[in-house]
Amino acid sequence: MPDTFVSDRLARRKLRHVHERFIESALFLAASVSVLTTVGIVVILLKESFVFFQHVSIWNFLTDTQWTPLFSDAHYGILPLLSGTLVSSAVALTVAIPLGTIIAIYLSEFAPFSVREVAKPFLELLGGVPTIVYGYFALLFVTPLIQKIYPELPGFNILSAGLVMGVMIIPYVSSVSEDAMHAVPMSLREGSYAMGATRFQTAIRVVTPAAFSGITAAYILGISRAVGETMILAVAAGMQPNLTWNPLEPAATITAYIVQVALGDLPHGSIGYQTIFAAGLTLALLTLLFNLLGHVLRKRFRQAY
Amino acid sequence: MVAVPVPRAGAPDAADKPDPTKKSEARGLNFYYGSFQALKNISMPIYEKHVTALIGPSGCGKSTFLRCFNRMHDLYPGNRYEGEIMLFPDNTNLLNPAVDPIEVRMRISMVFQKPNPFPKSIYENVAYGLRVRGATKRALIDEKVEEALRNAALWDEVKMRLHDLAFNLSGGQQQRLCIARALATDPEILLFDEPTSALDPIATASIEQLIADLKARVTILIVTHNMQQAARVSDYTAYMYLGELIEFDVTDTIFIKPKNKQTEDYITGRFG
Repeated sequence: MPDTFVSDRLARRKLRHVHERFIESALFLAASVSVLTTVGIVVILLKESFVFFQHVSIWNFLTDTQWTPLFSDAHYGILPLLSGTLVSSAVALTVAIPLGTIIAIYLSEFAPFSVREVAKPFLELLGGVPTIVYGYFALLFVTPLIQKIYPELPGFNILSAGLVMGVMIIPYVSSVSEDAMHAVPMSLREGSYAMGATRFQTAIRVVTPAAFSGITAAYILGISRAVGETMILAVAAGMQPNLTWNPLEPAATITAYIVQVALGDLPHGSIGYQTIFAAGLTLALLTLLFNLLGHVLRKRFRQAY
Repeated sequence: MVAVPVPRAGAPDAADKPDPTKKSEARGLNFYYGSFQALKNISMPIYEKHVTALIGPSGCGKSTFLRCFNRMHDLYPGNRYEGEIMLFPDNTNLLNPAVDPIEVRMRISMVFQKPNPFPKSIYENVAYGLRVRGATKRALIDEKVEEALRNAALWDEVKMRLHDLAFNLSGGQQQRLCIARALATDPEILLFDEPTSALDPIATASIEQLIADLKARVTILIVTHNMQQAARVSDYTAYMYLGELIEFDVTDTIFIKPKNKQTEDYITGRFG
């Protein structure tokens, strides 16, 4: 009798094992989807860019100061697009990083519970507005507004697109930073208050450094968002590749260019069409660079409590 | 069965010295977390340059009482004090709403249950209190940091790496760092909230030795779960139960012949 009982149990465990294995593989498959997508994107970008770089040398691509792949006198210098991307991102981050950080400090350390509970969802709503709406807001509201102060500003310019993009990014920065600050243990704050620190001193000298790795993550997210933003720039910054560091001029970004070509009627496989993969690869490398930087910073300043 | 007298580490017998100076005194102190009354009519003195231990079972209010002394309860909404905690020689009630809690914390420091060093270097941790008071003179801060680390018996271990992150220290070292941080501002009273409950026996012994050494320069109030610890380090002991002060006396009296039956039951381990 005990024998059958034991073997019965063994059999059931075997069945459970099969069941576990099934669940494990299902989870593995689900997880592979994201990895495979990434791999797929990288493979396509590399493959198509390879075709492009057989026609245009990498040196040429990196040093030529003109980007006119669609003209008869074609130039393939990425610099004008890169400058547009970097300047617009810089303008956006000048708005988003200070404001986002201040908002996060306020919400986490100063705001009464009721304010925090209302303000947070509203902020997050700001990030949910379709970017095309922001684009027209920049073009039809912010640009005319700035033109009242500075009449020479062209109708399409990096500045207003960048400013509006900054507002769009604020919730990404503030929300993630606020979460990081909120996760700082109360014992650290108490330690600071017990030393006679004020609320402000505690927020700046203890909570912010303690949440540094999370705040870095928020900044990196903001940067990636800025570099990858398409619609606002396509609508409000003009789509003229322009090698400039002056935000008062119109310019095209990498993303805006890709949108322009992808929506146009260039034949697939033509060198003009191929440019978007080279541009896309540049963008991917740029984002990768920022993410690596963020990873290094996070690891370096990671605090365990 | 009466409690076994526990040998004391060279502490002078407080009973021999009648009437030491009062540094502070609770008078009819009630404390409420919202509508819950956590402390009930507590009155007891804290004697200058002596160690006073607060003992009692979990939830008896001993930490709550301790945290009244530096107004930590002000940090959370819904807390309310009634009664007085006098600070001498000022003869001021610490709990008076007109008294700025930051001023109170500038004179009464605290060391917590779990070491809570700030995410800064060892040096900056100790300098923190000076910096929040607006100190900027490098030479002065250097001197104070060294003095505090020496007083916390940590100087020799960290003098070669003052600018390392405080998190790299061991638990016991971190707690001594927190003591140094609290000492750097020359507090008049030092509050300890179960300072050794997160430490191993060796680190605990070094902290206890430190407390014995520190009482020459500062008044100490310590909450402890560990009755042997109270017997080892303190001159006076208060036994609390359910928010009430059951008995306050010289430590030896509390441990050898307590007047109250409840205290005796707790001390002898029949309860708690």
